[in-house]
Amino acid sequence: MKEIFEILEQNARATPEQISTMVDKPVSKVEKIIKQAEKDGTILKYKAIINWSKLDKEDIQALIEVRVTPQRDVGFDAIAEHIYQFPEVYSAYVVSGTYDLAILVKGKNMHEISSFVTEKLAPLERVQSTVTHFLLKRYKENGEIFHLPKEINRRLPITP
Amino acid sequence: MLNTKPAPTTARDNLISQKVDTLPPSGIRKFFDLLSSVEDVISLGIGEPDFVTPWHIREAGTYSLEKGYTMYTSNSGMPELRRELAHYLELHYGVNYHPEHEILVTTGSSEALDLALRAIINPGDEVIIPNPCYVAYPADIILAGGMPILVPTNEENNFIVRATDIEARITKRTKAILIGYPANPTGAVMSKKEAGAIAGLAKKYDLLVISDELYARLVYGVEHICFPSLPGMKERTILISGFSKSHAMTGWRIGYVAAERRFIQALAKIHQYTMLSAPTMAQMAAIEALRNGESEVEKMVQEYNRRRRLMVKRLNEIGLPCFEPKGAFYAFPSIKATGMNSEEFAEKLLLEEKVAVVPGTAFGPYGEGFVRCCYATSLSSIEEALRRMDRFIRKSRLNPA
Repeated sequence: MKEIFEILEQNARATPEQISTMVDKPVSKVEKIIKQAEKDGTILKYKAIINWSKLDKEDIQALIEVRVTPQRDVGFDAIAEHIYQFPEVYSAYVVSGTYDLAILVKGKNMHEISSFVTEKLAPLERVQSTVTHFLLKRYKENGEIFHLPKEINRRLPITP
Repeated sequence: MLNTKPAPTTARDNLISQKVDTLPPSGIRKFFDLLSSVEDVISLGIGEPDFVTPWHIREAGTYSLEKGYTMYTSNSGMPELRRELAHYLELHYGVNYHPEHEILVTTGSSEALDLALRAIINPGDEVIIPNPCYVAYPADIILAGGMPILVPTNEENNFIVRATDIEARITKRTKAILIGYPANPTGAVMSKKEAGAIAGLAKKYDLLVISDELYARLVYGVEHICFPSLPGMKERTILISGFSKSHAMTGWRIGYVAAERRFIQALAKIHQYTMLSAPTMAQMAAIEALRNGESEVEKMVQEYNRRRRLMVKRLNEIGLPCFEPKGAFYAFPSIKATGMNSEEFAEKLLLEEKVAVVPGTAFGPYGEGFVRCCYATSLSSIEEALRRMDRFIRKSRLNPA
């Protein structure tokens, strides 16, 4: 069953028919598993990975380290929830180490990100401090490598 | 000044050894030339993984260069690598080899095969090989001064050589049986029972077995039987393997032989005069492959398995019946229903639909009626290639030759 999700994670457009052949299970069973996973949130969404730099429409991204004061009973959850609901926040994590929350934010330009930090994030009562790192270049995201060199075929067309 | 005189010629017509002169060229070579004249081909004719060697293994190779490991190693291979190999063979197949005396590291399993044959063959000795088989088997036997004796295998017996067929060909000159399972080009995997039958013959007629197990790690849902692990077989088996297929390391040229000391000593004698030692960088990379390569091997096997199922299913759907290959990364469908022979089929398919497959005859006379399709290529290429083959077969049904 895990294999079905691994295949979809690599290629969300793989059809139940294709998957059924690859994992050697009946199509109806594969369909059922996928339906169930869509319903129970195992599969959250099907998305494409877009290389926006190709369109010259790449967003600016920043990784922000946030130190916060945890709250009784809910720990970091309440403040994390408060923060991740801002649409600028693309990813949010609680992390171990010298700070508490790691959040990735996206904006059209530097101004958008800095105003998010100075006007929305930093002023929050439970936020003690923030450190903003602007991303300069994307190499790899979610297992996908950006700016791949042109595919070269290193194999001879026929070998014994 | 340029020398414009023609190169001196000689009246002697025996400049090339007769053995080499009469050796037939590889059936693959001929096809290669035709292929290079066609553009944008999807090739199912490749005999190597499409994966690049896992990064941690490549990194071990470059690190060895950085550290200046650019010299020869011990003839038999780095002691560390031999220790790792002994451990690996025990762990996976339960066979015990002494790292110092019973393992020889070679420049690919191709060298290992050549050494094994040269070390055991006296002029005129016969070596029995199932056919179709890897292109080098008959040629290497001839070059070593022996006589290849071909035993036909076919789809009825799942391309596994039958002991009775072997027995019928045993003569006083028979020295050894050379088997390669999982098999190139058929993808056949030998069961314990089938292997046991061959072991019985080897004992009965006092024969050696050269077991080429290069594809041992690439098996799907079945267990690979390591030939020397069969009772009484270690003492009469020369086990050949390497890293090319399991760890996607074809270009590194690194393989090995495991056998009893008397054999390893004989093989090492040739090796020390001809190859000296396997590439040092590749040996360092191989150590890393054995120590930390398991998860990458498993990932590749899983990926091959998906592609295998897709290819076999589609081949059967489009009317090229294909027995289920349980190992290696080849499907070997029958093309007899098309009315073409395998060379014709491969040539027309290439010219009309730009898909390359290898005619079964490249692997010997008993490959006639089949083509080899390698599924070590992306799923999308397999799908597209099969679409084109489908179209090709429909067309040829409408206009039979």
